[in-house]
Amino acid sequence: MAGIIGYGAYVPRLRIKVEEIARVWNEDGEAIKRGLNIKEKSVPAFDEDAATIAVEAARKAIHHSGINPRELGAVYVGSESHPYAVKPTATVVAQAIDAGHNLTAADLEFACKAGTAGIQMLMGMTDSNMIKYGMAIGSDTSQGRPGDALEYTASAGGAAFIIGKEKKEMIAEILKTVSYTSDTPDFWRREGANFPSHGGRFTGEPGYFKHVANATKLLLEQTGFKPSDFDYVVFHQPNGKFPLNAAKLLGFTEKQVEEGLLTPIIGNTYSGASMLGLAAVLDKAKPGQKIMVTSFGSGAGSDSFAIQVTNNIESKRKRVAPLRELIAKDKMYIDYALYLKNRSSIVRT
Amino acid sequence: MEKASAGMWRKIDTRYNLIGSECEKCKTLYFPPRIICRICGRDTKMRSRKLSGNGKVYSFTTIRVPSDTFKESAPYTVGVIELEEGPKVEGHVVENGKKVAIGSKVKTVFRKMYVDGDEGLIHYHFKFETI
Ligand SMILES: [Zn+2]
Repeated sequence: MAGIIGYGAYVPRLRIKVEEIARVWNEDGEAIKRGLNIKEKSVPAFDEDAATIAVEAARKAIHHSGINPRELGAVYVGSESHPYAVKPTATVVAQAIDAGHNLTAADLEFACKAGTAGIQMLMGMTDSNMIKYGMAIGSDTSQGRPGDALEYTASAGGAAFIIGKEKKEMIAEILKTVSYTSDTPDFWRREGANFPSHGGRFTGEPGYFKHVANATKLLLEQTGFKPSDFDYVVFHQPNGKFPLNAAKLLGFTEKQVEEGLLTPIIGNTYSGASMLGLAAVLDKAKPGQKIMVTSFGSGAGSDSFAIQVTNNIESKRKRVAPLRELIAKDKMYIDYALYLKNRSSIVRT
Repeated sequence: MEKASAGMWRKIDTRYNLIGSECEKCKTLYFPPRIICRICGRDTKMRSRKLSGNGKVYSFTTIRVPSDTFKESAPYTVGVIELEEGPKVEGHVVENGKKVAIGSKVKTVFRKMYVDGDEGLIHYHFKFETI
């Protein structure tokens, strides 16, 4: 089947700590940090949005893959924070990576899993020889309503994956992908609303856990793999706890999840989350190792992938700095007032 | 509104990808691109050339009292960047915790430059960042 030719990841450098948000709302920061397993989250600068993040990730992916961007036949950007209600983010990205004009492009939206849906679409298009390469991006600058529990986690970041079918170019082959989808009202945002609404505790069991579990079980069933066959496992990570609980529920170990679990240090990057987790794992993975990824998008659905790393990974690795290094070294802390200013919640008059 | 769309559309390659122009005869590079070479006049052809965006700070200043267009950005730093290919380019320098100085090495990043009010276009543009 189709595979990954290259990838790129980007996380804005601004960070706000959980304690700082808790200070403003007079809540117990330590208890929230423990409860959600998160220390801090990324914040987009005033001049960053889902499009600029997508472009930064896309440019790295082009560099990492070594392909000519003019050979891309499709660019799909998944996000729940597209800068325009009408006018695609994908055209901005395609032009900014100099992909030329002989390509198709579209924006996708499925809460936090629109990016992995893009990967599945490109697998079909490359495997059927409709296009040579395609790029799928998950990028978001999500907002939590001030004072809402989501404010501690909703963050910003994105990752881009280039999909193709030539085995000799792949850094990892996608062995199998399956999905599980149902109409579930766990999280939504109406047109024109600034902040999302959610079903509180309802988001956990019938939303996240049900879909992640069913997609993952279906993948295991259809591939014949056991949880222990995978070296790394990436689950969607709305907070630092859910993916660990999902792992336990499905027979995976904490150790399999660790490398791809970024939410404790950058927050929930929504459409970026499982894809950034996969990027962090690919930064480390060795030829032959197997990776399982299960995304989740509210509304609701999960895409699950079984991936095997190829020998090409080592030679391309030198081209781009590892994601965890970028996250650890390139950061600037801000307080809640600067957070509001960068999110344009307070504006100079 | 129509004027804003056309103006933005014409500048997209320049703004996104630092596409300048080069004189085929004397090889002089221009950014922003020129249709006519300053040296050779009409006696030559100009071709598009993508600039790397790598360079160093030639001069810079910090704007604290912004125009309405950049009121969200202020205070912000504007630099004249000497690109490794030669041309000098003016651009915003984003904050990354490092001090900007004359001679600081920079690369480009992709950011929002400004927006046309609440309902208008979002203008994306290269900016610079010290490395
Ligand atoms: Zn000339």
